[in-house]
Amino acid sequence: MEKRKLMRGSIALAEGAITAGCRYYFGYPITPQNEISEHLSARLPEVGGVFIQAESEIASINMVLGAASCGARAMTSSSGPGISLMQEGLSYLAGSELPALVVNITRIGPGLGGISACQGDYWQATRGGGHGDYRLIVLAPNSVQEMHDLAIKALHLADQYRNPAMILADAILGQMMEPVNLDPPPVEIPAKPWALTGARGRKPQLVKSLYLADGEMEKHNWHMYEKYQRLQEAEVMVEMDLEEHMDLLLVSFGSCSRMVNSAVALARSRGYRVGHIRPVTLFPFPGDAIREVSRCVGKVLTVEMNTGQMWDDVRLSVYPGCQCRLLARPGGAIPSPKQILEEIEKYIKAGDLLAKSVR
Amino acid sequence: MHYYDVVLSGFGGQGILLTGDVLAHAAMLEAKHVTWMPSYGVEMRGGAASCTVVVSSERIGSPFAEEPCCLFSMSKPSLFKYQGRVKKGGLLIVNTSFVDPSLITREDVKSICIPASEIAYQEVGEHKMANMVMLGTLISASGVVSLEKTEAAMEEIFSGNKKKALPQMLQAVRCGHAWHLRV
Amino acid sequence: MQKVFARPATLLETGFHFCPGCHHGIVHRLLCEMLERYNLQEKAVGVPGVGCGVFLYDYIAIDVCEAPHGRATAVATGIKRVQPDHFVFTYQGDGDLGAIGTAEVIHAANRGENFTVIFVNNSVYGMTGGQMAPTTLLGQYTTTSPAGRDSRNDGYPLHLAEMLAPLEGVAFAARVSLHTPAHVKKARRALQRAFETQLEKRGFSFMEFVSACPTNWHLTTLQSVEHIEQKMLSVFPLGIYKNTAAATVRKEGEPADALL
Repeated sequence: MEKRKLMRGSIALAEGAITAGCRYYFGYPITPQNEISEHLSARLPEVGGVFIQAESEIASINMVLGAASCGARAMTSSSGPGISLMQEGLSYLAGSELPALVVNITRIGPGLGGISACQGDYWQATRGGGHGDYRLIVLAPNSVQEMHDLAIKALHLADQYRNPAMILADAILGQMMEPVNLDPPPVEIPAKPWALTGARGRKPQLVKSLYLADGEMEKHNWHMYEKYQRLQEAEVMVEMDLEEHMDLLLVSFGSCSRMVNSAVALARSRGYRVGHIRPVTLFPFPGDAIREVSRCVGKVLTVEMNTGQMWDDVRLSVYPGCQCRLLARPGGAIPSPKQILEEIEKYIKAGDLLAKSVR
Repeated sequence: MHYYDVVLSGFGGQGILLTGDVLAHAAMLEAKHVTWMPSYGVEMRGGAASCTVVVSSERIGSPFAEEPCCLFSMSKPSLFKYQGRVKKGGLLIVNTSFVDPSLITREDVKSICIPASEIAYQEVGEHKMANMVMLGTLISASGVVSLEKTEAAMEEIFSGNKKKALPQMLQAVRCGHAWHLRV
Repeated sequence: MQKVFARPATLLETGFHFCPGCHHGIVHRLLCEMLERYNLQEKAVGVPGVGCGVFLYDYIAIDVCEAPHGRATAVATGIKRVQPDHFVFTYQGDGDLGAIGTAEVIHAANRGENFTVIFVNNSVYGMTGGQMAPTTLLGQYTTTSPAGRDSRNDGYPLHLAEMLAPLEGVAFAARVSLHTPAHVKKARRALQRAFETQLEKRGFSFMEFVSACPTNWHLTTLQSVEHIEQKMLSVFPLGIYKNTAAATVRKEGEPADALL
């Protein structure tokens, strides 16, 4: 087995960002993600980078915008309330087509909420969050290894599509330690001819999101839409654990999917034929995979640590006529594998009755 | 499939998280899958500390332990909080230097009552090494990881400027291990 | 015949969208003169905030990054930290800098960010149509202070140059005016000092330009000039409030305007 290192998710993510060539971090303290900034405050100067503790999340995201406009790989991290403050900047980043990495180690909301693990920021992350017609690239790790690997992936995708990318994780993933393989993949930062490096030997360049002339803004929005279509076609990441002739398909993401993994193992040990789809990219969402698989299953159970946000996307994706149920635990509660198993059993049995009555 | 999960609990300052770290590290060196999950949130400031370590031959789903195979308890509140959850036939390791063994209510688990702080003081000269004494007992009683890999893990963790503490730490783990083999 | 006055090449040959009598155009020109004086056109990045100055990129031939309202100094921080040898400046109005962006400018100044802030103070919101600004004079009529600014309801004019100068990260802070040719010459000299501050990497430099907005003041161009002279300068005294360049450190009790 290759050399592994036991690491916290937050640290693995920070190291992943450094591996991907990110040298600029701007952020404001908020629990439960401070390990990221604390680690980078020590590490970035070692690798010739810059760490600034900004006066607010509003300033942080705009510092990221400035650094990104020069072509640098830059990032910030925060949690719920701080991410809300960043929505303005995220909208500008998207509108100006600037790449950036934003990490949301979520907490419970709304308001000041609490600091336990929760998935209540799914809508905010996947629907854009700020004003205007845009999307974020959203990646949802479920292990410390993925905290590391998807941070790298997010920075690459952000550059490739010139769009801000978000890692959506929570305190479970941030605090947990697991062995990580840190074998760094080669870093290739694409050329950025649009960057504001000074008008030497070329015409002056402009990074902006203001388009006032007739039709300009519609053109710009369609251009961005086309980009999001390309993302949907090329960049969907999904983990599928399927069986033949399944009674039930589970869908979950992020830390919650770990509990579902355990529940699936329990259910199979009791003879149930269940499958599990885990969207790794939340935008682009693996709707096609869910549609295809649900077609021959007929029953889908979504498990989430919120009141049913991804459930929206699952219901939009399933094969028409498919039954969709939800097991939701909002407010910092974590569904236990046992609870999920009970729900699986109940649903499979109820489903049989329902099917009979329909016949 | 081999699966073993431990809840380690006590007061902040007793080295609970570090003990879990050593255990998880040793499991990694044995090429096993492992997760280490600390308690976080209000507990961090309330004085209680706990973490869960899951060791498995297969990929690990939940990093939490609903019914842990083992409870490693160094304080009265943590014994009260977790002993009811230990799996039937599981293992309960209690530091009786701090916790009155008559407080153990479970009769369907294997209880190991170890005066770990006293042993640590007598054998290593430092009562604060009680956590490492208990870790030695834990690995001996459960077999979840070997003493050899535990020592190797400690050598990796206590390196650099932390190296000074290593000899005492190693001695403490060995004492706890030997203590269990004796009783 | 010798040519003694010309349009700086960096100032693009296009008509300004600014109203007649507005002073933004003069600030643009002075900036271009100074960029050329120090040969910075190829290594400058301008960061306009939101307001009448946002179209900077239509007039000045350098790289430009548009900033969200109030956030220009945060954006400039990002740019300057990535490219410390580039010349970076923000261009902000009194709403952008004095209201919504106050936190950002204070902290950029306090960090001693080595860039230059161009602050155009015309005591009114121009682009949105004449609403009250943080720098609106007491008694001044605006569309949101229709009875005149009343301190009991609206507070007092904010003195940015005086507020920022004492911060340790600030190396240069000045307030100048543009309402007479003599004042323009003084403004040019002060701007030169601000440029030098950044080029010598001494820290944060701040240039406040007291400017006219005849449209929203509902005055003619000439009346606006009188308004500046008679009403504004007593509230916003001109001068160099701070300059850490050794030869020009302001002495105890010395009036700021003596250094202009």
